[in-house]
Amino acid sequence: MTETSSSFSKLDQLKSIIPYLAKYKPKLFLGFLFILLTNLVAVIQPIFIKKAVDSLETVTSEKALAVYALSLLGIAFFEGIFLYFMRQTIIVVSRYVEYDLRNDYFAHLQKMSIQFFHNHPTGDLMARATNDLNAVRALVGPGIMYFVNTTVRLIGTLIVMLSINSVLTFFALLTFPIMVFAVAILMRRIHDSFKRSQELYAEITTHAQENISGIRIVKVYIQEELEKQRFEKLNKKYVAERLSLAKIRALLWACMGFLSGLGVLIVLWVGGHLVANGTISIGSLTAFFTLLTHLTWPMIALGWVINLTQQGIASMARINEILHIEPEIEANPNGKMIDSLRGEIEFRNVSFSYNSVPVLKNISLKIKSGTTLAIVGRTGSGKSTLANLIPRLLQPSSGEILIDGLPIETLSLAELRRNIGHVPQETFLFSESIAENIAFGIGDAKPEDVEKAGKLSQVHKDILGFPQKYETVLGERGINISGGQKQRTAISRAIIRNPAILILDDALSAVDTYTEEEILKRLRRELTKRTNVIISHRISTIRDADNIIVLENGEIAEQGDHNSLLENDGLYANLYQMQLLEESLEEL
Amino acid sequence: MSEHQEENAVKSYDHILMKRLILYTRPYITQWISAIAVLFIASLLQLSIPKFTQVAIDDYIRTGDLAGLTPIISLFFLVLTGLFVTQYVQMYIMDWIGQKIMFDLRRAVFGHIQHLPLKFFNKNPVGKLMTRVTSDIESLNELFTSGLVAIFGDVITLVGIVIIMFLLNWKLALLTMFILPALFFVSIIFKIKVRNAFRLVRSRIAKINAYLQENISGMVVSQLFNREEKNFKKFDDLNHDHLSAFLKTIFYFAIFFPLTGFISAMTTAIIIWYGGVQIMTGALTFGGIVAFLQYVFMFYRPIRDLSEKYNILQSAMAASERVFHLLDEPVEEENEQTTNVDPQHARGKIEFKNVWFAYSDENWILKDINLKINPGENVAIVGATGSGKTTLINLLGRFYNIQRGDISLDGENIKNYSLHDLRSQMSIVLQDVFLFAGTIAENISLGNSKINDDQIREAAANVNASDFINVLPQSFDTELNERGSTLSVGQRQLLAFARALAHDPAILILDEATSSIDTETEQLIQIALNKLMTNRTSIIIAHRLSTIKNVDKIIVLHHGEVREVGSHQELLKLEGLYYKLYQLQFANQDKLENAA
Repeated sequence: MTETSSSFSKLDQLKSIIPYLAKYKPKLFLGFLFILLTNLVAVIQPIFIKKAVDSLETVTSEKALAVYALSLLGIAFFEGIFLYFMRQTIIVVSRYVEYDLRNDYFAHLQKMSIQFFHNHPTGDLMARATNDLNAVRALVGPGIMYFVNTTVRLIGTLIVMLSINSVLTFFALLTFPIMVFAVAILMRRIHDSFKRSQELYAEITTHAQENISGIRIVKVYIQEELEKQRFEKLNKKYVAERLSLAKIRALLWACMGFLSGLGVLIVLWVGGHLVANGTISIGSLTAFFTLLTHLTWPMIALGWVINLTQQGIASMARINEILHIEPEIEANPNGKMIDSLRGEIEFRNVSFSYNSVPVLKNISLKIKSGTTLAIVGRTGSGKSTLANLIPRLLQPSSGEILIDGLPIETLSLAELRRNIGHVPQETFLFSESIAENIAFGIGDAKPEDVEKAGKLSQVHKDILGFPQKYETVLGERGINISGGQKQRTAISRAIIRNPAILILDDALSAVDTYTEEEILKRLRRELTKRTNVIISHRISTIRDADNIIVLENGEIAEQGDHNSLLENDGLYANLYQMQLLEESLEEL
Repeated sequence: MSEHQEENAVKSYDHILMKRLILYTRPYITQWISAIAVLFIASLLQLSIPKFTQVAIDDYIRTGDLAGLTPIISLFFLVLTGLFVTQYVQMYIMDWIGQKIMFDLRRAVFGHIQHLPLKFFNKNPVGKLMTRVTSDIESLNELFTSGLVAIFGDVITLVGIVIIMFLLNWKLALLTMFILPALFFVSIIFKIKVRNAFRLVRSRIAKINAYLQENISGMVVSQLFNREEKNFKKFDDLNHDHLSAFLKTIFYFAIFFPLTGFISAMTTAIIIWYGGVQIMTGALTFGGIVAFLQYVFMFYRPIRDLSEKYNILQSAMAASERVFHLLDEPVEEENEQTTNVDPQHARGKIEFKNVWFAYSDENWILKDINLKINPGENVAIVGATGSGKTTLINLLGRFYNIQRGDISLDGENIKNYSLHDLRSQMSIVLQDVFLFAGTIAENISLGNSKINDDQIREAAANVNASDFINVLPQSFDTELNERGSTLSVGQRQLLAFARALAHDPAILILDEATSSIDTETEQLIQIALNKLMTNRTSIIIAHRLSTIKNVDKIIVLHHGEVREVGSHQELLKLEGLYYKLYQLQFANQDKLENAA
C-alpha cells in the first residue's frame, strides 16, 4: 500500500518539474537537436579512421593521407561547435530552472505564518534551498543531457558497428551493460556511504561544539579523559565509515579500468580472428577501438544519471513538501481598502491554541481609539500571542477580532499591517544601513523623516556616534550595536510609519529606565492620536496606561488602571512591590 | 634586503610546517612504502596495455598466426586483472593513510583543547575552535590522499609514455609532442578562468544564502512592514547575479571541452597522416599506430591534473599552520611540587585570605574576600545576580588563578595540589545539570572505575532517584540523548545528586536550580539534599528558603564583597542587605510554604 503510494508520488515529483522545463521549450528543443548533431558527427569519425587505415593497406600517397587527416580535423571542428551549443542550451536551461525554483521557494516562504517558522527550523529550510535545490538542478541539467546523449550515442554507434560486422558488434558491447550496472550500484553505495559519513561527521562536529561550549562543565567534573574517549569513539566510527567509502570508491575506479580494458581485449581477440579470416579489414578493427573508447564515458555517465535521478526525485519531494503547505493566513483578495484606521480594537471571546495547547482562553477586550493598553504577566502567559493577533500574524482558533468595528479578516491584510507599527520582543534588524532599517516599512523616506524617527526613539545621538552615521551598515560584516540601540532602532522603524496602532512587545527591556521614560514621554506628546498596546515587565513603563491587564495562564486575571490594581492587592500589586525592592537594592 | 629576508623566513617556516606534518605520517611508513610500490606496478601495467594491442596486431593478427594470439590475449587478461588489483589496493592504502592521519590529528587537537585553561576559551569563540577540529583538518586530507603520492604516480606515467613513444617512433613522438604545449596552455588558461568564475559563483551563492537565512529569521518583520515585494525583488536580483555568474562558467566549460577535443583530434590527424607515411617507409607498423593513438589518449589526464596539485599543497599549508598554532597553545598551569600533599582524604577546611580577582585588568569581580569554612560546615552564599557568587566557586577549583591573596584547602595553598587531585575533592552540581551522552549509570559514575554498580544503585536509592530510573525502559542502562533532554529538570537534579553522593567528595558545591519544579519532586530534592550535606563541607548558592534555613552560616555577597555573615535569624535581626534580599527572593516562598 505504502509502496504504491510512494511510487505514485515519485512520478508526481517528476511531473512537478515539467512546468519549469516547459517554460524553456524552444531552448530545450535546440539542445536535443545539437545532441543529435554532435553524435552524428562523432560516429562518422571512426568511419574515416577506418578508411584511412585501410588505404594504407593498398598503395597510397601522402596526399591521400593528408586528405584523410584534414577531414578528421574538419569533423572534429564541427563536433566541437555542436558540443558548444549543446552545453550552452541544455545546461543553461538547468540553471534557469534552478533560478525559477529558488524564486518560487522564496516567494512561498514569504506567505508563511509565524507558526510555520516555529515548526520549521531555519537550518532545515536552508538545507532545502541549498542541497536539495542542487540535486534537482543536477537532475534537470546533466541528468537529462547525459541521458539523451548516451541514448543517441549508443544508437549511432550501434548503426556504424552493425554496418561493419554484427558478430563483433555483439562482443564489443558485451561489457557495457555490466559497466552501467556496476557504476549505478557502486555510485548508489558511494552516495549512501557518503551520506552516512556526513552524518557521523556532523556527530563529531556536534560533540566538539558541545564540548567546547561546555568546557567549564567538563573541567568541573574532571571529564577531560572521558571526553577524549567519547570523542575517540565517534572519531573511530567516522574513520571506519570513510574507509568503507574508500573501498567502494577504489572498487569503482578499478572496475571501470578493468571493464574498459576488457572491452579492448574482447575486440582484439574476436576482431583479431575476423581480420585473420579476412572477414573485416584492419581499418575496421581500428574503427571499433575508437568507437569503443568514445562510448565508455557516456556509459559511465549513464550509471551516474541513474543516481542523479534518484537523488533529484527525493530532493524535489523535500522541496515540494514546503511548496505544498498552504499559507495559514490568507490575504483576503477582496479585502477592504482602508486609508486611515481610527485604531479601535476589539477582542470577542478570542481563544488561541498552539499545537493544540491552549495559549489564550476566551479573551474579550476593547481598546478605544487613542488609548493605551498595557499587558503584564509571567513568561508564557500569552502576552506576545495576544499582540501578534492584531496584525494577523496568527489566526485565532475561535472568537473574533474587530478593527474599527470590522472583522479583521475582511480588511486588506497589507493595508492592515501598513497601519500598524509593531516592535517585536526579539529585535530583528537586517544587515543593511541604519537608515534603510528605519525606513524599512515605508516606500521612500526622506532623510529628515528618518532622523525625526531616530530622535523620537532616542537613538539619534548614538547613531551620530557611528562611523558612517545613518549610513552605517549593521550585521555580519558591519558594525555590531548594543541591544538597547537595536531596540530603539526598531522603535524608530515602527513609528516612522506613523501608524494608527503601535505595539511595543517588551520593546524597551534593554533600554535603561531613564531613556525609556524619555521615549515614552515623547511618544505620548507627539502621537496622541494613536492606539498603543504595550507589553512590559517594568511597572514604570506601564504605570500611566489607560487600561492594564494582567495575563495569567492565557486568561485576564486582573484589569484596571494602576491605582485600582494596587488597591486590588493582587498579582499586579505584588509585582510592583518586588520592583520597588529591587530598585532600592540597586541603590545600596 | 629585508624583503628578501622576510621571504626566506616564510619559506623556512613552511619547511618547519612540512616537517611537522611529515612527523604525523611516520607511524605509517610501511603503508607509505607499499602504496608507492603498488603505485609503481600499477603504472607499469597501465603503460603495457597499448603495447599488447600493438603486438597482437603486428605479430599475430596481420600474420594470421591465430594460435599465437591466444597466449598473448591470456597475458593481456592477466595484466588487466593485475591492474584491477593494484589500482584497488593502491587507492585504498592512500585513503587509509589519509584517514589515519586525520584521525590522529583530530584526536591530538581535541585532546589538547581539553587541557587549555578557561581563560583561553573566553578569548576564542567556539566557532573558530570548531573550524580547527573539523574543516581545517579535513582540508589536510587531500594533501595525503591525492597530493603527494598522486604527483609521483603522474610523473611515472608521463615519463613512461614519453619513453615508449620515442622507442616506437621518435619522429612521430616528437611531432605529437608539439601539440602538448597547446594542451597544457589551454588547460592552464581554463583552470584560471574557471577558478575565478567559480570564486564569483561561490561569493554570489553565499550572498543568496545569507540573504535567504536572514529573511527566514526576519520573515515576520518583513511581513509586518509590508516588505514582501521589495525583498523579493532584492532576492531576485541576487538570484539573477548568481545565474549570470554561473552562465559564465558554463561558457568556459562549453569552450574547453570542444577545444581539448579538437586538440586531441589534431594529434589523431597527425598520427594518421605522418604515421601513415612512416608505415609506407616501413618505419612504423599498423599496431604501432593503434598503440600510439592509445598512448596519446593516456597522456592527457596527468597533464590536466598537475596544475591542480599546487592548490592542494597551498591550502594544506595554510590549514596546517592554523592547526599547529592551536596545538602550540600552552595547557592549564600545573604545579610541579605536588608530591608532599595527600589529597586523598581532605577534611574540607577552606580558607580565603584577602582574595582579589578580575577576569581582565583591574575590573575586580571579587574584592578582598576573607572566608573561613570549617570541615563539615554547611554554608550558603546569597547575593543578587552579578555579585560574584559563581566566580567564588570557580576560584576554589582553580579554574582561574587569583591575582592577590591566598586560597587554601586543609591549610595547604590550592596551588600546591595537582589540578586533578584538587578538583576530585569536590562535587559541583550546577543549575543546568549537565548530562553526557551515555547511560544513566555512566552519568552517575562518570567513568570512575572505583564506583561499582552496587554503589551506583545505592547512591541513586539514597537520593530517591531510583523511582524514576527503574521506570525507564532499560533502567540504569538507559542511554541518555544529547543533554538528557528526555528527563525533567527535577529528575536531572536528582541524578546530579546521585552522582555527587556516589563520588563521596570532601566538598559539595551546589548551585541550586531556580526554575520551578513540581512540589512532589521538590520535596524529594530537599530530602536528598539534606542527606548529601550531612558531615560534608557544603557551599551552596541558595535559591530556596528551606535550604537557607538549614545551613550553619550564610554569606552575603554584594558587588564582589562579603557584606554580611551569620545565621538566618541573626541576619534577619540585622535588617540589612540580607533582610532585603530575603524579602525580594524568598518572602513569597515563605508565604506559600506557610500556606501549605
